[in-house]
Amino acid sequence: MASVTLRDVSKTYPGGFEAIKGISLEVGDGQFCVLVGPSGCGKSTLLRMVAGLETITGGDIDIGGRIVNQIEPAERDIAMVFQNYALYPHMSVYNNMAYGLRNRGMGEPEIDTRVQEAARILELGAMLERKPGQLSGGQRQRVAMGRAIVRQPKVFLFDEPLSNLDAKLRIAMRVEIRKLQRRLKTTSIYVTHDQLEAMTLGDILVVMNGGRVEQIGNPLEIYQKPATTFVASFIGAPPMNLLPLRSDEIKSQFAGVSRVTGDAGLLGIRPEDFVISSDGVAGGIALGLTVEAIERVGAETFIYGSRQHEGQGIAANPGELPPGEVIVRIPGAIAPAIGERIRAIAPREKLHLFSADGRKRIDL
Amino acid sequence: MVEHRRFGNLLPHLVLLAGVAIVAFPVYLAIIASTHDNTVIANGQMPLYPGTHAIETYWNTIVSGTGRTTRAPVGGMMLNSLIMALGIAAGKIAISIISAYAIVFFSFPFRMTAFWTIFITLMLPVEVRIFPTYKITSDLSMLDSYSGLILPLIASATATLLFRQFFMTVPKELVEASKIDGAGPIRFFWDTLLPLSVTNIAALFVILFIYGWNQYLWPLLITTRDDMQTIVIGIKKIIDVHDALTEWQVAMATAVLAMLPPVAVVVLMQRLFVKGLIETEK
Amino acid sequence: MENRAIFSGKLLPYLLILPQLAISLIFFYWPALQALQQSFLVQDAFGLSTEFVWFENYVNLLQTREYYQAIGVTFVFSALVAVFSLTLGLLLAVMANRNIRGVQIYRTFLIVPYAVAPAVASVLFIFMFQPGLGMIARALQRSGVDWNPVLNGTHAMILVVIVAVWNQISYNFLFFLAGLQAIPKSVIEAAAIDGAKPMRRFWTIVFPLLSPTSFFLIIVNITYVFFNTLGIIDTATGGGPNGATQTLVYKVFQDGKVGTDLGGSAAQSVILMVIVVALTAFQFRYVEKKVHY
Repeated sequence: MASVTLRDVSKTYPGGFEAIKGISLEVGDGQFCVLVGPSGCGKSTLLRMVAGLETITGGDIDIGGRIVNQIEPAERDIAMVFQNYALYPHMSVYNNMAYGLRNRGMGEPEIDTRVQEAARILELGAMLERKPGQLSGGQRQRVAMGRAIVRQPKVFLFDEPLSNLDAKLRIAMRVEIRKLQRRLKTTSIYVTHDQLEAMTLGDILVVMNGGRVEQIGNPLEIYQKPATTFVASFIGAPPMNLLPLRSDEIKSQFAGVSRVTGDAGLLGIRPEDFVISSDGVAGGIALGLTVEAIERVGAETFIYGSRQHEGQGIAANPGELPPGEVIVRIPGAIAPAIGERIRAIAPREKLHLFSADGRKRIDL
Repeated sequence: MVEHRRFGNLLPHLVLLAGVAIVAFPVYLAIIASTHDNTVIANGQMPLYPGTHAIETYWNTIVSGTGRTTRAPVGGMMLNSLIMALGIAAGKIAISIISAYAIVFFSFPFRMTAFWTIFITLMLPVEVRIFPTYKITSDLSMLDSYSGLILPLIASATATLLFRQFFMTVPKELVEASKIDGAGPIRFFWDTLLPLSVTNIAALFVILFIYGWNQYLWPLLITTRDDMQTIVIGIKKIIDVHDALTEWQVAMATAVLAMLPPVAVVVLMQRLFVKGLIETEK
Repeated sequence: MENRAIFSGKLLPYLLILPQLAISLIFFYWPALQALQQSFLVQDAFGLSTEFVWFENYVNLLQTREYYQAIGVTFVFSALVAVFSLTLGLLLAVMANRNIRGVQIYRTFLIVPYAVAPAVASVLFIFMFQPGLGMIARALQRSGVDWNPVLNGTHAMILVVIVAVWNQISYNFLFFLAGLQAIPKSVIEAAAIDGAKPMRRFWTIVFPLLSPTSFFLIIVNITYVFFNTLGIIDTATGGGPNGATQTLVYKVFQDGKVGTDLGGSAAQSVILMVIVVALTAFQFRYVEKKVHY
């Protein structure tokens, strides 16, 4: 068991491209840490640096009290589950799991015990003699997990291990990975671009963007208090509504709120924090919307509305809403009709304020 | 596709049968001729069915050598051909697979220089540099030796390119998984890359065996001793187009024996052969 | 390719690449450079002195009638072999691509010639075309043709062309078959729905889609005629009669064997190398085209 500590770790490629721009992070012993962010944010690179598959050009990586910057992957006492599983296609399931142990000179009886135990946990007992090519996607995924488990390493590293599975299997395996990790209590670092996976799996969430950390914290904390508009848009689906404070309608409602400072430029409201009501809201906000589209998914309904006085536009960043559009999430399936005018209100404690560039959260 | 034509399948069968006839007839004729007496053949009256001299002719050809035109029995030539073909096939595969491994899986100074140095040899077939190569082989005193027959023919850019192409399709995560599993470069090569390359190696082996067995110009130049001849060049010395006394039954028996191993390899390992042929030429 | 270079051995990669580099340098580069060097030198009859003569060997070569004859022979030979073996290979491949029974058996027979050495194939045909005793030679003579490849240059050329075409059929057949099988069925079905009859489908859809294969095969067939037919010529005609079947490569071989004019022989080799480079460059442009297809 071990903790993993990153101290100002950076990576600059020979061409000058900075993939990782100085990241510090601590994953405690037995914790499950999820690196999440859009593709190209550097999360996989960071994981591969911890594994020793990529060199680091600055800072230190510490696994269990040992600086591993210059140490070979095999010597770091880590195990990794790859996105494409990277099973040895010519070896049986048994040998896939046993290979790493044999290379370390472990005796066959001990290898057998460990492989059988892993097979039991992962329900692979019946297919130990099969080749990877004869297995389904979910089974291959289990073998990849098995290969990591038998090693009993200090740290598990997962590189988007579920992204090659279909949606249903992905959810089932997600739950299994979490249960397995709780049971083995092995420190884990998990990379994903799926915010739902990140929210459900992690003890700590590291939201990354452009080679930097946007926010570190536990999932709920990040959901409730996103540090930047990037985090606000990335965590939570559908994304948080972000409205410019300069808009007249909002400005006038905020006129009475004395504590709003001058540098606040954006107001954020999560779709689920709205209520459709004609009541007034003391200190909160009310938006008049014209219903443009409705999505009913059974347990809940999403209403896409446009605000008056503001033209529709195009989203500035992927995942964000186009300016002027507001999503409201309401429970149940009863919804207004398209074209109807509604009034959506949100209480003061559910409002988020950000600086105009979105880089800073301002507490109300 | 649904195609309603009454004689739809007749034409392809006829064309293919004609093709097979053209292809097979010369071979058939050689087999028949090898079973007849030379006098029957020489006066142009050879029938199209087998004769009765097969055992005698093949015995003379392979084992005892026939007095007048061949000095060495063909059995020895076949052994030489076999050694040369196996040597070329095994040698080419061995040196190309390791050089391709170095080029694809390592980073080292002059890697691309090495790659291009090998690649350019594609443009230097033995025929265009034949006499200087002969001279070097002679300077290295490798005339009339197996190493002289084999070595100059084993450097092959095509085999290296084939392995390079295949290696580049091996997912890099497999290397990474091996590294994490504690396997170094040599272990990765033996435990993972080589087993994965088995089909490619076998396909290449089929092609290279035929290439080696069928060599003509090079063995013709560098072998002077009869006991070092290969069967493909031995056959030339048996027939003499200007000489009415050619022992045609022996010539045809030798031709049949010269065809037998490569044809058997191609027919029995057809799938590998086709794969090897199509892939080496890409 | 850069991100695939994963291991970082110091000595190991050099050791791995050494055998092939050594053999390439000793048996490829060194002889090729020697040929290049010799082509600029003249040696006296006893090999005692050599003189640097710039392009004299090339100039002399280009002034001999035999050299132009060899160029002509090579050209005619290549063209005939390419046309006939490609046509036959394509015809057989198109037929074998139909969904008929026994394709495997036909294919097995049709690949046999590939396995037969050119020199051995030559012997099979000599036997059939030998005046006086060969089955086909006698049939020709009975029908009034004075068949004699030993004396008649045209007959000699016909003989070597037949052998070479026979020898190349398998190769062209297999590549055309692979090319045909790579054409998506849906494209042909779309053409059928568009009302194109089989022949029209072939010429407007299949044949154009096969053009990369055809182009590639033309180059390969020319290369084959240049370099691999030496065994055929040497056994069947010896380049004769009167140089009627003497190709460029065969001329290098024969002139070199006599060994009196090293410079001239080397100049011929160098010209051949230039031709191979051109053909290879052509072939690679084909590969590029295929990628963009």
